[in-house]
Amino acid sequence: MAVSLIRRLIQAIFVILAMTVIVFVGVNVIGNPVDILINPDANQAERLRVIAHYGLDQPLWKQYMLFLQGLVHGDFGNSFVYGRPALSLILERLPATLELAISALLIAIVIGLPLGLYAGLYPNRISSRLIMSGSILGFSLPTFWVGLMLIMVFAVELRWLPTNGRGATAEFLGAQWSFLTRNGLSHLLLPAFNLALFKTSLILRLTRAGVQEVLPQDYIKFARAKGLSERRIVFVHVLKNLMIPLVTIIGLEFGSLIAFSVVTESIFAWPGMGKLIIDSINLLDRPVIVAYLMMMVILFVGLNFIIDVCYTLLDPRVRLDAKA
Amino acid sequence: MVGVILLTLIVALAVLAPVIAPQNPYDLTQLDILDGRLPPGSESFSGLVYHLGTDSQGRDILSGILYGLRTSLIVGVLSAFAAAIIGTTVGLIAAYVGGRTESAIMRLVDLQLSFPTILMALMMLAILGKGVLNVVIALIIAEWATYARTVRGTALVEREKEYIEAAEAFRLPRWRILFRHLLPNCLAPVIVIATMQVARAIGLEATLSFLGLGASVTEPSLGMLISTGYQYLLTGLYWISFFPGIALLITIVSINLVGDRLRDVLNPRNA
Repeated sequence: MAVSLIRRLIQAIFVILAMTVIVFVGVNVIGNPVDILINPDANQAERLRVIAHYGLDQPLWKQYMLFLQGLVHGDFGNSFVYGRPALSLILERLPATLELAISALLIAIVIGLPLGLYAGLYPNRISSRLIMSGSILGFSLPTFWVGLMLIMVFAVELRWLPTNGRGATAEFLGAQWSFLTRNGLSHLLLPAFNLALFKTSLILRLTRAGVQEVLPQDYIKFARAKGLSERRIVFVHVLKNLMIPLVTIIGLEFGSLIAFSVVTESIFAWPGMGKLIIDSINLLDRPVIVAYLMMMVILFVGLNFIIDVCYTLLDPRVRLDAKA
Repeated sequence: MVGVILLTLIVALAVLAPVIAPQNPYDLTQLDILDGRLPPGSESFSGLVYHLGTDSQGRDILSGILYGLRTSLIVGVLSAFAAAIIGTTVGLIAAYVGGRTESAIMRLVDLQLSFPTILMALMMLAILGKGVLNVVIALIIAEWATYARTVRGTALVEREKEYIEAAEAFRLPRWRILFRHLLPNCLAPVIVIATMQVARAIGLEATLSFLGLGASVTEPSLGMLISTGYQYLLTGLYWISFFPGIALLITIVSINLVGDRLRDVLNPRNA
């Protein structure tokens, strides 16, 4: 097992390296950094000075080495807009995004799992059919538009909840969090719900599909024959076997929640990483863009790795060696 | 059936937009700034009735939606189609050639699929810059891998069948076996995925335009219309964002319904 874990780890590092090449080539070769870095009114001497300063006169492989060196040290250069190191700008906003994504994931699980379980156990009831139709809607509704409608209904018309921002925050583990204050929580509710909508439908449908797959199995019939209570069958025998696909999906979806928070953060003016990257793309703030992309790459590769490890722990039948 | 009827209607509306739209929303001379932000049902000075109201520049929302549908459908169909062609070709080659080529291709596909579409799209737009055409390119790059994986899976099964063996025994050229024999038998899942991807691409284009990375203000797509209405939403002018969103929703739902139906029709196991 240790060997296969190390092999996976090496693969993960290779993936990250491959992505550094793609990002580097994309940003430095396809896009022309000189045009973006240098004021068009600058004279020739000024141009050369800036080119030399950023190492753009070096051969490409040397530039790439410099880029890798910076990556290892967490140095992506200063943001053109804020004039501060790009990475620390992003890390500052990480808690806001994490908070939003985790809340959304919790909402999705708390709503999606029981409803999916219900729809799977009683597929013929009208309520189950309603739930399933509702989930199709949840899939099809464009997230950003739902966000706008949520603002319109709950913030503008009913005036129950605030429209944007994070509200009051409190410090915990050296970062600022909204969920610790009443005011912050009221700011968190709408964006978290908005972000959760799509994932709720996904978890709901997966749970239902899983239940329907597990129910006809022999061990369920056997458990019934043994006279176990329905409750025990559902919560022990069915649920336990649902966990493997669900954990995988939830793990993967957590990453995509962070990626999709770009949209929700922009609507609710939530000061997280997503809003920063959109602003940076609009302002062509290259160091921040590169730092964000690399962070995302590392996050996703890391998540995939953790999921692989969880697999082996959850299900003894899956051994990484067997797959390799 | 509902999906097919709805979708036909939507496509007809989009195609006929220049004929049926009360106004050409791209033609700035037809816009009257004095008609800006009128509620649904208002009448302009020239006697034109704005059934769904107007946006801040006096653009008729109904016309905006009809023209916006065109952009959305073109972007959706174009990107799904191009991604399908690229992905299918790559998947077929991987399955048929096998060996190192196959594992290299599948590594790339796995790598690509481990990142969410919107992240890939953002990455591409960060590199290429804003604009509708770049959104199409970004969508193609973000979506081709789905087809490649599915087609490879199907093709691996089909490759072992006798008609391929027969074709090989005839010593037909490889490309002919690939595209005339293998491809037609792998198409069913591709068609289903492509339909669903059109809906996804339309949603994603709208999202990216909403974020200000897609269509420009002068050529409104549905996402752009919703985006321009966003700032007025807080003051209670709901219609600028509301109606284009409904149009977007109906479009996506009807395409998904058609896709669902296609899956049932094309998959003999479900029949």
